[in-house]
Amino acid sequence: MTDLSSRTDPRLCVPCRLAAIGAVVAALAGGFAYVAGWLTPHRLTTRAIIDQFQRNAGLHEGFRRNHAKGVCVDGYFESRGAAASLSSAGVFAAGRIPVTGRLAIPGSNPTAPDGSSPIRSMALLFRQADGQQWRTGMNSAQLFPVHTPEQFYQQLVAAQPDPATGKPDPARMKAFFAANPETQGFQAWLKDHPPSSSYANGAYYSVNAFYLVDASGHRQAVRWSMQPETPYAPLTDAAKADPSWLADDLAHRLEAGPLRWRLVLTLGAPGDPTDDATRTWPDDRRQLEAGTLVIEHASAQSDGACRDVNFDPTILPTGISPSGDPLLAARSAAYAVSYQRRTREVALGAH
Amino acid sequence: MTSPHRQSNDFSGPQKLLHWTMAVLILAMLFVGVGMVSTVSRAHETLVDLHRPLGIALLLLVIVRIAVRLRRGSPPLPDSMPPAQRTVARLSHVVLYALMVAMPLVGWGMLSAGGYPVTMAGAFHLPPILPADVRLFALLRTLHAWLAFTLFGVVLMHLAAALLHGLVLRDGVFGAMAPRRLRP
Repeated sequence: MTDLSSRTDPRLCVPCRLAAIGAVVAALAGGFAYVAGWLTPHRLTTRAIIDQFQRNAGLHEGFRRNHAKGVCVDGYFESRGAAASLSSAGVFAAGRIPVTGRLAIPGSNPTAPDGSSPIRSMALLFRQADGQQWRTGMNSAQLFPVHTPEQFYQQLVAAQPDPATGKPDPARMKAFFAANPETQGFQAWLKDHPPSSSYANGAYYSVNAFYLVDASGHRQAVRWSMQPETPYAPLTDAAKADPSWLADDLAHRLEAGPLRWRLVLTLGAPGDPTDDATRTWPDDRRQLEAGTLVIEHASAQSDGACRDVNFDPTILPTGISPSGDPLLAARSAAYAVSYQRRTREVALGAH
Repeated sequence: MTSPHRQSNDFSGPQKLLHWTMAVLILAMLFVGVGMVSTVSRAHETLVDLHRPLGIALLLLVIVRIAVRLRRGSPPLPDSMPPAQRTVARLSHVVLYALMVAMPLVGWGMLSAGGYPVTMAGAFHLPPILPADVRLFALLRTLHAWLAFTLFGVVLMHLAAALLHGLVLRDGVFGAMAPRRLRP
């Protein structure tokens, strides 16, 4: 701007004013960079969590960054209407709504053997007639090992394979568990509950607590689970030897007919923790059977309807609302990054 | 978009109100957007719940604003302004309008393509404007971020230029959009 001096009042301190303008612009740009997390590399972000998954298991393009190995299922939910007085959500009104789902094992490797984890997961998307959706991601363990996103990240870091052995360093894992005693409940639960022989005969739990909200706005703390109609059986050695028995077994069972789970709502009492997935509620809490999940078909995740779904557990219809559990927001935020990355990879030709 | 019969050297009252309302909301949206995709804190839920309805509100506002601008035009730029600067000013305004329209549409389209419900508040949600398609989602998601960075950059340049006019050049350009009380 060569003509600036000819166009300004000579009494003005032009450099001072230009500096002030620069300061305003720099403050806004700096604030933006700070909020984005670019200035604080040690602050935990969504990207850091997903990056750590990639460091632990390598990059598997086009796949979910966690629970990468799974199978798509679909069917419907038949509500008994028993929970309609507690929640205004359409899913709880008596009737039937379609469900898209996914059964999976934890971990970022889509070709990991099924026996690599004692945990399985069931993710569901209920499509209400009014266009609202209920998405939930459940685990076969009633408890979660950690309470906060920061602990979750530290657990991932501790589990990063040692380059020398290709396996997590047991000493680091031990140190993590010792430093985070909240993890003991989960460990004990696993010891008492050996994994079932099939996706079909496992129960799946909501991981986090939520609230049911009735038509007048009253909130009821809730945790839910899918309880299998198929009786529990322990895992056999023959199954363990087959790296993909879970999907094969499921397909085999579905040939004989649909599989069913009862949706059981466990109602929290005042004082029960709603913000801590490492703690269960007392066994005597009231339970309510809301309806039956019926799974009719399974298909490979490469072309099933579940492939394109982000099972973000905070996508809820009115009548269900998230609790203050810090993991819930972190799950939503991190799943979004996983979804963004894998869809980008698909768009660029990964699949 | 300058109307030849325009008399005043000022934007009209409704134009100023739209401009300043949108200025505050757009800056808020940019910070909300970049924050919600980064944070793992509980703020994530609040920010996402804010981002969608605010985006649609901005889409409605920019439609009204374009209609008002086409009807009322804009005050002439001062004669002291060199032609190159006039061109930059006009171009930057066209880019701002284009981004203000594109950002909410790309966001809405992106959620549609991802199969997400486009929730506004409570049970109220908008219909999808595109079919569910992850490749489309990926494209629009990337576009949404890059358009946001571009918008933030253009907004900063616009702000710097406005302040230059108001504090240094004092040629009436800033005053044309300033609230009456703030006119230098």
